[in-house]
Parts: sequence; C-alpha cells; structure tokens
Amino acid sequence: MKDSIIQCDQLSLSLGGMKVLDDVTLSVNDGDFLGIIGPNGGGKTTFLRVILGLEAPSSGSVMVYGRPPGSFPARIGYVPQRLFFDRDFPISIRELVLMGRISNKKLFHHYNKRDREKSDQAICTTGLERLAERRIGDLSGGELQRALIARALAGDPELLLLDEPTASIDPQMKTTIYDLLEHLKEKLTIVLVTHDVGTISRYVTRIASLNVTLELYESALSTNRESLSMLYHYPVNPVVQHSPLSRTIDHP
Amino acid sequence: MLQELLAFEFMRNAVLAAILSSVACGIIGTYVVVKKIGFISGGIAHTAFGGIGLGYYLGINPLLGVIPFSLFAAIAIGLMSKKAKVAEDSAIGTFWAVGMAVGVICIGLKPGYAPDLFSYLFGNILTVPTFDLWMILSLDLFIIGVVWLLNKEFLAISFDEEYARVSGLKTTALYLLLLCLIALTVVVMMRVVGIVMVIALLTIPAAIARMFSRTLPGMMVLAITLSSLFSIIGLWFSYQLDLASGATIIVISGFVFFLVHAWRLVSALLTAQ
Repeated sequence: MKDSIIQCDQLSLSLGGMKVLDDVTLSVNDGDFLGIIGPNGGGKTTFLRVILGLEAPSSGSVMVYGRPPGSFPARIGYVPQRLFFDRDFPISIRELVLMGRISNKKLFHHYNKRDREKSDQAICTTGLERLAERRIGDLSGGELQRALIARALAGDPELLLLDEPTASIDPQMKTTIYDLLEHLKEKLTIVLVTHDVGTISRYVTRIASLNVTLELYESALSTNRESLSMLYHYPVNPVVQHSPLSRTIDHP
Repeated sequence: MLQELLAFEFMRNAVLAAILSSVACGIIGTYVVVKKIGFISGGIAHTAFGGIGLGYYLGINPLLGVIPFSLFAAIAIGLMSKKAKVAEDSAIGTFWAVGMAVGVICIGLKPGYAPDLFSYLFGNILTVPTFDLWMILSLDLFIIGVVWLLNKEFLAISFDEEYARVSGLKTTALYLLLLCLIALTVVVMMRVVGIVMVIALLTIPAAIARMFSRTLPGMMVLAITLSSLFSIIGLWFSYQLDLASGATIIVISGFVFFLVHAWRLVSALLTAQ
C-alpha cells in the first residue's frame, strides 16, 4: 500500500460563524494527483490553508506526513492563488524563485551556491530562463504563475499544492501549465484546486468535489459529463480523455 | 559649499549626523516602503515622545528614555494589530496620541521650562552633541548587523508574509523585530528632523529609490545616498537662509519627491503621444 501523505478525518471548519468545511474525510497517498473542483466559496482554498497550517480546524483532525500541519514546511511546495505581494516590488524572477529555498535554510544562514543551483533548476523546469533577470512587475499573468510554481519547486518539495494556477490566464498558457504538471506528477504528489473541470480529468488520477462537504471520485476517467454536471449543478463541457494531437488544440 | 559648512565644529557634527542617520534611514526606510508600513512607523515615532517626556521628568538624557519607550511602543502596536482583534489603524492611532499625552503630562509635572524639547519634536541638527553621534553610530552598526544576518527573512516577510509563514518562518517575531528596528531608526533620526517629521525622511528617499531600483540592496544604497543628499542640502539652505534645519530638510525631500513624480507623469504623457 502506498504511504498516506495527507489524512483528514471528519474535518470541519467555521469562519466567522459560517461553516466552510463540513465533515471532510480524505486521504491523499504518495504519487496521487488529486484535482479538487467546486464552486467559489466552496472551501477549496480554505482546505489548502488547513493542510498548510494557516487555518486550524474547528473539529476533526488533519495529519500531513503523520504530523500536524506546518510540521514539515520543506516537504511542501505551495502555489498560492491570490497574489498577496506587490507587483512593483523591486525583485527579479531569480530572487523570487530563490525565496522558495527558505524552507530548507536555517535562520541567519545566507543563500549559497547550492540554493542558487536548485532555484536555477526550477527556473529551467518552468521555462523561464530567458526572463530570469526581469523584474516581476514586467511579467504577464502566465509568466508570473510559472514563476510562482518555480518558487514552490525550488524548495525540492515532495508534495505540491496549487490553488487555481490557471485562473485568469490565456488558454495557450493553461496548456503549458498543465503539461508542466503532467511532467511533475512523475516525481511529486500533487493537489490541484481548479475551475477547469473540463481539462483536468485528462491529467489527474482522482477528482474531489468540494462544496462545504466533499465527494471523492476514485478514478478521474470514470467522471463523465453527467456526473460533472451534477457536481456543478449546471451543464459542463465533455471531457477530453485523450492527449491532444497538437499543441494548438482548443481545450473546452 | 562643503568647505564652508565644515569650517565649524558644530557643522562638522551636523554633516556627520546627517550621513550617519541616513544609513539607518535608507536601510529601514526601504523595508517601510516595500512593506507599506509607513503609518505604523509614524505611530512608533510619535509614541516615542512619551519616552522623551519620561526621560526629562526623571532627569536623565531623554535619548535614554526614548529607546526603551519606543521599543515598547513598537512591540505593543505590532502585537495589538497582529494578535488581538484590533484594527491596525485604531491600534496605531491610540498609541500615537497616548504616547504624546504621556510626554506632555511628564513635562508638565517637572517644574520649570524645558528649552530643548522643541529640538526633539522638530529636530535640530545644528546642536547634535558628540555623545549623540556615538549613539547614532552604534545604532547604525546594530541595525546593519541585524539586517545583514536576517536579510533573507526580512525580504521574505516583506514580499509575501503568508508564504514566509508557510515556509516555516516565525513571521510574527520577525515582524516585531523589524518594528523594533524602525523604533531605533526613529531614535536615530530624532536629532536630525525630529519625531514629528521622521516619517517623511523614512519614506521619501526609499520611495524615490524604489522607482529606480531592481533589487532591495540596490534600493537601500540609493535611499541612503538620497537621504544624505537631502539632509546636507537642507542643512546648507537652513544655514544660509537661517531656517529651521529639520523642516528645511523635509521640504527639500518633498520637493524632489514631487519633482520626480511630475517628471514621470510628463514623460509618460509624452511617450503616449
């Protein structure tokens, strides 16, 4: 049996008197690529924040690598959705990615050659070599998103958590990001929160729908048009089950 | 111009104070600007007036009263806005006014007239004694040391505090430490421009520097240079025209700030055409 990496048992969480997560039970195993879909306000981001230790559950338990969340920052890479930072901040992509190394560093220690090599590797993986010296303010939404993925990868994580990495970027760039995840899932366990219901089932191994409560679909391939429509309570485009023949294919 | 300035000892001290204080101001001002904590810095500065009043009441060097007092203010404001459910601007506003009130009461309790209080409020770089220069120098060295040791942590919390927390950093402790460094910088700047105007010199040079910098260390060096220039030019004008030195430095800084922005606006309009 594969090792369980995230273990949630009857997890509930209320924020400001509102139940955001209710009785969520889920386990994510080593090597999984779990897609979490669901409407806005369904608790997807909050769920990731619980796994990261940024929010404490009101009841139930969460274990990440067998310990309470936040115990192993260096094993987790996080790609946040909301950009909390200032686009005018005087910093280049290279330095932004280098910050992903901080979870592996001790207090007072400066970044060394190995840290720079690791972050350069992450820059290569995400195809940002040519842009590495650019200021973050000069990047497009898709480039910035790849830079945030590179920052998460620089720390050499085993588990990658992504919060809507394809929100508000153009379809072409979406394909690039999904191809990147396809490549990364060989080595990493991935949890992906997304709205791209139509696209993800080609990539993920399991799908969960989260709307305060959680429903799990053990095989992504078994999710068909009807079940997806039921999840969202409105019609959803059919899922592309096979790989596209060329890069220019239009994704639904 | 410089020779004329350096002819007198008090002028030499003033120029030294301007340059030394600009070091702390440029480094810490950079964090204040990129982390957008100018208002909290203003709060710490004004609360520090309570420390001056206390020092005066106890009959010790007011600078010795103001260091512990402003450090306490920094930690209290930081904790109140981070941990207690108090809106940050309410916490800052309360400390701002209460600190000044404590200072006023302490001064009122001490019989007699307090002649040099004005210089703490509005600065008087022309009367900086040698003892204060040594104090500014040691605070500079302390600030440089801490920032050198923790530059990656300070960069991380300034850029994206939540990500820093996820990465396992003790973000609240680091933030409080940064606020304490701001408090010490306020003490350093007090002699030059006074606590009422310290916020301007903490933010203006760094805000201008940000427009022309690609990295944080580069922004710090440029901010230090600009701050030194503004202080020395302000000093020269105040000496020539017999104006209040702190206020002149601030007016010069503000003038350049507006000039740079106006130039940006005009050049943007011209390229748009």
